[in-house]
Order: sequence, then C-alpha cells, then structure tokens
Amino acid sequence: MDNKKRRARSIARLKETWRRFKKNKLAVFALCLLIGIICVALFRHAIVPYDLAIKTHASERLQPPSAEHWFGTDGRGRDVFARVIHGAPTSIFIGLSVSVGCLILGGLMGLAAGFFGGRFDMIIMRLADMISVMPGTLLAIVMVSVLGPSLTNMIIALVFCNIPGVARLTRSAALTISSQEYVEAARGGGASSLRNILTHAVPNASSLLIIQFTQNTATFILSAVNLSFLGLGVQPPAPEWGAMVNDAREFFRTQPYLMMFPGLAIMLTALSINLVGNGLRDALDPKMKT
Amino acid sequence: MGRYVLKRFLLLIPVLLVASFMIYGLMALAPGDPGTAILGTDATPEEIKAYNHAVGFDRPFLVRYGNFLSDLLRGDLGISYRTKQPVMNEILARMPVTATIACLSVLTAALVGVPLGVLASVKQGGLWDTLPTSMSMVIPAIPGFWLGMLLLYLFAFKLDLVPSFGVEDPLGYLLPVFANSFGSAARLQRYTRSSMVDILQTDYVRTARAKGAKERVVIWKHAMRNGLLPVVTSIGSTLGAMLGGAIVMESLFSLPGLGTLTLTALNMRDAPTVVASALFVSVLFNTILVLTDLATAFLDPRVKARYSK
Repeated sequence: MDNKKRRARSIARLKETWRRFKKNKLAVFALCLLIGIICVALFRHAIVPYDLAIKTHASERLQPPSAEHWFGTDGRGRDVFARVIHGAPTSIFIGLSVSVGCLILGGLMGLAAGFFGGRFDMIIMRLADMISVMPGTLLAIVMVSVLGPSLTNMIIALVFCNIPGVARLTRSAALTISSQEYVEAARGGGASSLRNILTHAVPNASSLLIIQFTQNTATFILSAVNLSFLGLGVQPPAPEWGAMVNDAREFFRTQPYLMMFPGLAIMLTALSINLVGNGLRDALDPKMKT
Repeated sequence: MGRYVLKRFLLLIPVLLVASFMIYGLMALAPGDPGTAILGTDATPEEIKAYNHAVGFDRPFLVRYGNFLSDLLRGDLGISYRTKQPVMNEILARMPVTATIACLSVLTAALVGVPLGVLASVKQGGLWDTLPTSMSMVIPAIPGFWLGMLLLYLFAFKLDLVPSFGVEDPLGYLLPVFANSFGSAARLQRYTRSSMVDILQTDYVRTARAKGAKERVVIWKHAMRNGLLPVVTSIGSTLGAMLGGAIVMESLFSLPGLGTLTLTALNMRDAPTVVASALFVSVLFNTILVLTDLATAFLDPRVKARYSK
C-alpha cells in the first residue's frame, strides 16, 4: 500500500470517528469547554497579567468578589481570578506530562511484555508488582517528600507510581492482539517481533491507549492537586489550584469563596476531560460502549 | 483450597520484603540522622557521632537494612526521632482511627453504590439509570478535599451539627466518612452497572427468563451472583487504597490517624516513623488484597474448582 492510499484511509477513519463523536452532545460540549480551558491556559497573559497573581498587597487582603477583583483577593492580597487563570497551565501540564510519561514507559513495557512473553514478560510484570506493593497515594507522598517538593519531583513520583497500571492494561491488550490470527500469520511469514509490535500491536491497541490516556490525564490532575493540597507539589508563590485551596483553609470559615473558585476550576477541567474521554471511548470503540 | 490459601499468604512474605526494602531505601535517601534528631541541638558533634555509631547508623546501607529487618521480626519498629518513644506504640494508638474511617467509608460506598448500580442495570435507560449514572460521571471529577471543605463549611460551621475536627465525639467521623465514600460510591455504581449490564445479556439469563423464572429470581439469584463478583474485587481494592489514601482526609479534618502520622513524620524527617507506618499500611493493604482474592475464589465456583484440586 503506498503512502497516498494509507493517508486517505487514516483520514477516512478520523472522519468516521468524528462523525460518531459528534452524536454525543455532552461530549461535544465538554470538548468545547476543554478547548476553552486550554485557550485560557495558552493566552493567560493576554487575559490578566502574571503580576496580579504574584504580587502581594497587604492593604487589599481578603476582599470579597467585586468588579475590580472578580473572585476576590486572598490572604496576601493577590487577585484570586488572576491566580486561577495562571494556575490552569500548571494543572494541564502536570496531567499531560504524567500521562505521556506513563504511556511511554508503562505502555512500552506492557506491549513488550505481552508480545515477547516468557521470561521477559515475567520480569517486567514482577517489576510492576514491586511498585504496587504500597498504596499508590502513599508511595507518591513519600517519594515527593524525600526527593523534595517541586513540580518536577511530583511528576516523577506520579509517573513512577502509575506505571504498573498502564503496563498491565497494555500487556493484556497486547496479549489479546498477539493471539489473533493475522499476527500469527505475520509471524509465520517470518515477521520479527519488533515488526509485529509496530505494525500490529501499536495500531490495534491505539484506541485503547487513547482512551486510557484521556481518562488518566483527569485522574493525574486530581492526584497532583491532592499532593499540592498537602504542600508537596508546586511551591508558593506560584499559583496552583490545589495549593490555593490549601491556602484558603486558613480563612474558609469567613471567606469561603476563596476555596470555591480554584476547586471549581479543578472540577471543570477534570470533568471536561472525563466526558471527552467517554465520548472518545464510544466513538473509537463501539464495542466497549456501555 | 487450604493449600491455595496457605500459598497466597506465603506469597505475602516476598511482597512485604520488597515493600520494606523500598520504603527503607527511600527514607535512607532523605537527610537526617538519629543522633542529631534524638540527642537534640545541645549535644556535641562527638556525642552525636558516638550515638550514631552505637545504633549502627554509620554502617553501610545493607547492614542497616538487615538490622532493621531483624529488629522488625522481634516486633521492634525503632524509636521515633520526634517523640523518642517506640514507634509501635504510636502506630497502634492511631491505627483504629484510620481503620474505622476506611471501613465505614467502604461500607457506605458499597451500600450506596452497589444497589444503585444494580438498579441502573435493571432499569436501563430509565430515571434510576440516567440520574445515578450521570452523577457517577460528575462525582469523580470533584477533588475529595474540596468536597470535604464544602461539607465542613456547611455542616460544621454554618449548621453547627458536627465537630469540625478530631474524633473525640464519634460524630466527628461523619464528614470524613461521607467525603471519603462519595467518590468510591460513584465508582462502585459505574462498576456494578457495567458488570450487571453484561451479565443480563448472557444466554443463561435469557434461558432463565425463557423458562419462566420470575424477574426477581432472575436478577437476585442468577444475575447478581455472577455480576457482583468483580464488584467484590473492586470493594477490596478500594478498602486497601483507602488505608493509604486517607492522608488527605485525615489532614483536612485533623484526625489522629496513620495518615497524619506519616505526614507529620515526613515533614519532621522522622525516618523510623515513616518507615514503620508506611510498612504497616502496606501489610494491611496487601493482606486485604489477598483476602479479596480468596473471597472471590470462594464465591466463584469456577475459580474455586480450579484451586480445590
């Protein structure tokens, strides 16, 4: 098959997926919301200057929402609206990078384990078991705390703790695929394992991986805000939603709105990603539809 | 069956060895030494050095790990850097709080989630399906600590119905359990629903209906026995995860549990306490996983048959 035909076929497949995705109105709405959130994250500097999110003003502490400060001001007199807006890229970045990290490391491990089988499979899966001897949250907390709380260390810890889950899932997909007749035929025809992985396992597992990727991103955003809430994530004064809710604890008896906005931002982001993920699942893999 | 049970429990030993090595190794990377921590700032560097030598802290990592293991086997988890008391005492004192919250949360989640899931699968497309099922899509997106804070604000501050921290008053368990079980209930609902939907489409259910069995019998006797098996596994892993994941809730509601113990110890660089409490949680976590596996094997005649040989 030449390149032209191949491209035409993948475009047709994309069109078909989109046609099915479009039918789910809720997923389309969530996609618009998600695109909106991503735009806010990208054009944050045009919406509100970063200075407002960082500079403290002792005279403007704890003001309720007003025309000047839409979401009010926090305990250090910073504009909460600006902080919520500038917190967007952090959460999205963490969710995406942990997801990408897990997909690459866990996905490759799982694919290879499922495809090569035998001793290799056993070693990889025992490694995965070793990571999951402790509850994931606990391991992540201890790891970040030992490595030192920071954005990078949080990403490293979350990737590490979530590799086993992704690896197991991809492995079972690879096992299913490698027992299919067309793979056996290719193997019989002398195709190498690597070639089999690239031409059969990756494309056939791709819808599963895409679905998993989307749902994981939302989960990881939530895990990350949990860590930040405990003070183990992004360090102040950088605006981060979980840390903002944590800061708001001090005043939340009198200024409950301080915790409302960052919390809503987390919820909307995670929800839109989840709904898009559900729509994608139905569109990519009609068999899995519940 | 007896051999299978024994085997599963024996397999816990290597698992826990790995867990202990991992957590001990991680904490060995953290700065801090027992001499400085226990003798305090008044001690001279020589005294500190002598103390570290006496407890074997200046020896190679693997030797220290070996000593830790042999102490562990004798039930000695070490001395806390912070309280200078045996860590074991503190863990045993705090254990009930964490266990109570985890058990009550899982119980609540199962009592709410599973029936709603079964109901949704039976009334597919109806109000009892669409409403809980869409709720169970929204709920997982809500951060638990944020939900906890909303509950605190409403019930502890505005309505003043429950205490806002601690568990001296048993009512103090109410909000943490509620906030903790919310997400799990949603997950169990979705899980139960999809498992039951699959089962209700199987041939044997159709056969039962064709034979004229009452719908109630079909669902309660035929479908649920099979459909709830994966749910049992899910309930078990939820309980395990809650023991380790209750840190956020414990911290939010200032509860004296294992989670807050670990968190304080981490902040104070109190390595023995971190190692001991994390290891303790791992033991519980893995034991629950094994028990869940055994429960599934026991409930599922197919699995049971495979292992009873």
